[in-house]
Amino acid sequence: MADTLPAQPAADALGEDELAPKSSARVITREMVLMLTVPPVLVAAVFGAFVWWRQTADLDSVEAQQLRWSELRSLGWEHVQLTVVAALIVVAIAVPLGIMLTRGRFRAASPVVIGIANAGQAAPSVGLIVLLFLWLDGGFWTAIWALSLYGILPVLRNTIVGIQGIDPTLVEAGRGLGMTSAMTLVKVELPLAVPVIMSGVRTALVLIAGTASLACFIDAGGLGEILQTGITLFRFSLMVTGAVLIALIALLIEWLGRVLELATRPKGI
Amino acid sequence: MTQTDQASERAISGAELRLENVVKRYPGQKTAAVESLSLTIPAGEIVAFVGPSGCGKTTTLKMINRLIEPTSGTILIDGKDISQESATSLRRKIGYVIQGGSLFPHMSVAANVAVVPKMLGWDAKKISARTDELLDLVGLDPDRYRDRYPRELSGGQQQRVGVARGLAADPPVILMDEPFGAVDPITRQRLQDELISIQRELRKTIVCVTHDIDEAIKLGDRILILQEGATIAQYDTPDAILAAPANDFVHDFVGAGSSLKQLSLARVRSLDLVHPTTATVGEDTGPAVRRAEEAGDDAIVVLDDRGRPVAWPWLRQVRSNDRVKGSPRENLVTLDQAATLNDALDTMLTAAHSKVIVTGDRDKYLGVLDFETVTEHMRRTEREAAEHQLEQQEGAQADG
Repeated sequence: MADTLPAQPAADALGEDELAPKSSARVITREMVLMLTVPPVLVAAVFGAFVWWRQTADLDSVEAQQLRWSELRSLGWEHVQLTVVAALIVVAIAVPLGIMLTRGRFRAASPVVIGIANAGQAAPSVGLIVLLFLWLDGGFWTAIWALSLYGILPVLRNTIVGIQGIDPTLVEAGRGLGMTSAMTLVKVELPLAVPVIMSGVRTALVLIAGTASLACFIDAGGLGEILQTGITLFRFSLMVTGAVLIALIALLIEWLGRVLELATRPKGI
Repeated sequence: MTQTDQASERAISGAELRLENVVKRYPGQKTAAVESLSLTIPAGEIVAFVGPSGCGKTTTLKMINRLIEPTSGTILIDGKDISQESATSLRRKIGYVIQGGSLFPHMSVAANVAVVPKMLGWDAKKISARTDELLDLVGLDPDRYRDRYPRELSGGQQQRVGVARGLAADPPVILMDEPFGAVDPITRQRLQDELISIQRELRKTIVCVTHDIDEAIKLGDRILILQEGATIAQYDTPDAILAAPANDFVHDFVGAGSSLKQLSLARVRSLDLVHPTTATVGEDTGPAVRRAEEAGDDAIVVLDDRGRPVAWPWLRQVRSNDRVKGSPRENLVTLDQAATLNDALDTMLTAAHSKVIVTGDRDKYLGVLDFETVTEHMRRTEREAAEHQLEQQEGAQADG
């Protein structure tokens, strides 16, 4: 081994004529640490408070029926299923579509496709769900299609923006070194676009988790049911419970999205 | 050829590059970006393309690796027409070095250097050996830098890795697009020195685009000065261009102070070096200090076990330790023997000693250049120039 290594490795940080930044390969800011630690603590605290209230509150028979633990568990599970399955479909459709829209001859079509996706998002979510219900009838999969349509835009847009935002000299460097265009995509463009794409996925997850509360209207379950029952029977406790649980799930899913974002980010950026 | 000449002559690993009536015309533009350019670049030489921005120098460079396809004309490498081969396989055989290094930020230093060898299907062992060899060649300690990411490197270090990546698959032709444009002047000078030193060892055919005439003079075995539309204003050695600019354009471009530019033509290696006391890292300080005192030196040049200078402490600093200490090699400003006197003066101005350490291949220590030697050389050159002029005048009078 070459000799010149000084006793204190910290001294190597001095680059030739300028200070070379010496840090870990991934950038982790204070803000990111906060965003990763605060939500789970908050969710646990609020959920603890809810459990305490549920165990001690004086509930009438309708409320007790609706707020059974087994019922809450199955509705919550349905909600998570709706969200995750829809999000997976969104990724499976939007990422390849986004990539395609940044390639040569399809590039011209990207404003059109973004426009359609924008329109889909601008349409009221209830409307979209009901429209699909009229067409496909109710149930889990109808809700999934509606939610997927609703969540496509952020992922599609971020995939396109993420790829287009890459320093063009890096792409040219790849080509200049002899990469084929497929290799440039897989080895350079996609890894560098991953953070932006994943932030789109997180946005889609949150959107879908919120919108999944409307799935109960077409008989697809989810925590929206508690809210709906509360509204029709005018039970305040049910309305608050539904709202709080939906909010908690949305927060938790957004947190999961952040973890995913951090975990998938390539080293070095 | 004498014995010494033969020893210094190394095998040329570059290939001849020839452009024949190359034209690039963009649709919708009246004038061609490159108008019928014909040019031969001999194997093993560095040719610097210079010219004002928009003169077509970068376009010409990119036509050589087919990032831009010429409208018409032929480009030949080693006598073979490059359009006969697929663009990707051609590019894997041509080194490409870009401004700022353009390293892939999500790949480690080693992975960046290994990009081309990997595509060529080398086995892992060969790749990692080659990567280490190249990092060493560009002056980065492989053990320390191999696993770092570009973000963790300074601009100069990134550029070094960029050069290593361009050399990775041992291509006969290397294209450099403003390779040292993005670093500060002192780092740029060091990188230029190192490129010259590397080239001394490898003898590739290098095409280097730059807008800096001083860089062109320093690096180029030949300089191609281009005008609008990539028409050749002059294509010759630096000496010839400075001595006899072909036209007013060249005259203006190389600068009115051309006689001062001679400073950037004279290399450090043509001057006599002094040899102060040296010591090796880890040696006892006692004998080293004694040697220095006997020689009347007030500082010691510290070398590592590969003969590379690592520190240049004053005697009192040496005395305070039992053993001679080194420091990270990057922190010591040295000068390659191929550096110009211009660089030498620059370096002395910023250094603590009014001298500068001169190194050869792979940073090996050669000696020290002091200020007096440089000024003496300048005075002599001036005198000679004056005498030469006088002789010419007398000659002219005699003729008349």
